[in-house]
Amino acid sequence: MSLIVQGFLWIFVPAHWTTSATSAGIGNALAQHLALSGLSLLVAGVIALPLGLYIGHTGKGRGVAIVSSNIARAIPTLGLLSILLLYLPDVPFLPSGYTPDIVVFALLAIPPLLAGSYAGLEAIDRQTIDAARAIGMTEWQILTKVEIPLGIALIIGGIRSSSLQIVATVTIAPLFTQITLGTFIADGLAQADYVKVVAGAILVAALALIIDGLFAIVQRFVVPRGVSRRPTKEKSTTARGTALAAKTGTPIQEGN
Amino acid sequence: MYSIWDNFFGGSYPIWYLTLDHIGLCVIPILVGFFVSIPLGYLASRSRGARSVLISVFSILYTLPSIVLFVVVPVTLGLAILDPTNVIVALSIYAVAIMVRSSADAFSSVSADVRESARAVGYSPAQRFFQVELPLAGPVLLAGMRIVSVSTVSLATVGVFIGIPSLGLLFTDAFNRQIPLEAVTGIVAVLILALIFDVILSTIARILLPWNRRESRRRAARTASKAVVM
Repeated sequence: MSLIVQGFLWIFVPAHWTTSATSAGIGNALAQHLALSGLSLLVAGVIALPLGLYIGHTGKGRGVAIVSSNIARAIPTLGLLSILLLYLPDVPFLPSGYTPDIVVFALLAIPPLLAGSYAGLEAIDRQTIDAARAIGMTEWQILTKVEIPLGIALIIGGIRSSSLQIVATVTIAPLFTQITLGTFIADGLAQADYVKVVAGAILVAALALIIDGLFAIVQRFVVPRGVSRRPTKEKSTTARGTALAAKTGTPIQEGN
Repeated sequence: MYSIWDNFFGGSYPIWYLTLDHIGLCVIPILVGFFVSIPLGYLASRSRGARSVLISVFSILYTLPSIVLFVVVPVTLGLAILDPTNVIVALSIYAVAIMVRSSADAFSSVSADVRESARAVGYSPAQRFFQVELPLAGPVLLAGMRIVSVSTVSLATVGVFIGIPSLGLLFTDAFNRQIPLEAVTGIVAVLILALIFDVILSTIARILLPWNRRESRRRAARTASKAVVM
């Protein structure tokens, strides 16, 4: 247990925050960790969110999305990373080794993003969408004014779990090339400096919990008032049905 | 040139022995995931309070990156940091974290009418659990276990970060010695292992749940797609 206390103390030594000749600083490692994670999330989001919204809106390609997500879950990230590091060239403006890392981390983040966005749209009551169509909204208006606001909680939920996946996996990037918060764990193990190992683990855990907490707050605030408001008594059965469907991510079979 | 045949039993990283190491890391967590999450999930399905406590505790554990658990487990349990038990304990925690939710859903999916009928015809609580609720929850439990087994097999590779041998060693060696084929071999081996575990689970389920008809399978598929969102 005292190792954990020592680990906390290690983090609060100012010298450990700046990079020295012998070891990476926490500041630098944290910055690289966030840069790699952020860029990967951005790339994944640009690909997966529109695709997920398309699947959710049209209902096409859902089976393909589920199957490919399941396959992606089985592929070990480290394996993919080691292959791409050997093959992918660097891209200008990005530090060396960033390209394969970003490709792999983005691939990892795509399944939860896809699932969150199509499940978010599919959980919406079909009658609501039919009503929107009946009053003359275009498909684009239905998507942006009805489906996205109603499905936003699950969409953000997808972004939340993909960010956590990325942050966790960026931690193992030092096994190959990058300097991230995982570097302290790797270096500590190599030097048999277990205080440093534990300090690294605490930093990674803190980062993951903070990111998760921030998304939890965002998720609470972005839900439109009409959706989050407590349902009145006679409506409560349908509201619970919707909430259940929102969780399970299945469409509600109602109307045509 | 990397040759799978030369490296199957020989070489510095023999595929066969690493596969055995890998299996050794995965089997216990998968079993623990099943047997621990069933009572917890049952508890969660019976009481709203227990459900919210269990789900939040395990979702926090699930939020922690695997590396953190690999390091914190030995410190807490007083084990050597290079002991494979650390990875087994950490993977077990993950397996339970995934499975508690599935198992709570599985038991919640058993209709109250069926439970009441069992009581009405004179089943004791234990009989009702083992002969009515557990079999009816089976298909959803199976769906959860399939996710647990795939992610455990894939996650065990991360153990190489703290020096625990598994198929993951093929990835680091492939990078260090610039042999892409070795990494491909590792990925294929992990996928085959995941497939074998999956076939074993489905076979056990087919024997134990011969009545598993289309309706319950559809319900199971829904839980599976939900886990993707989680």
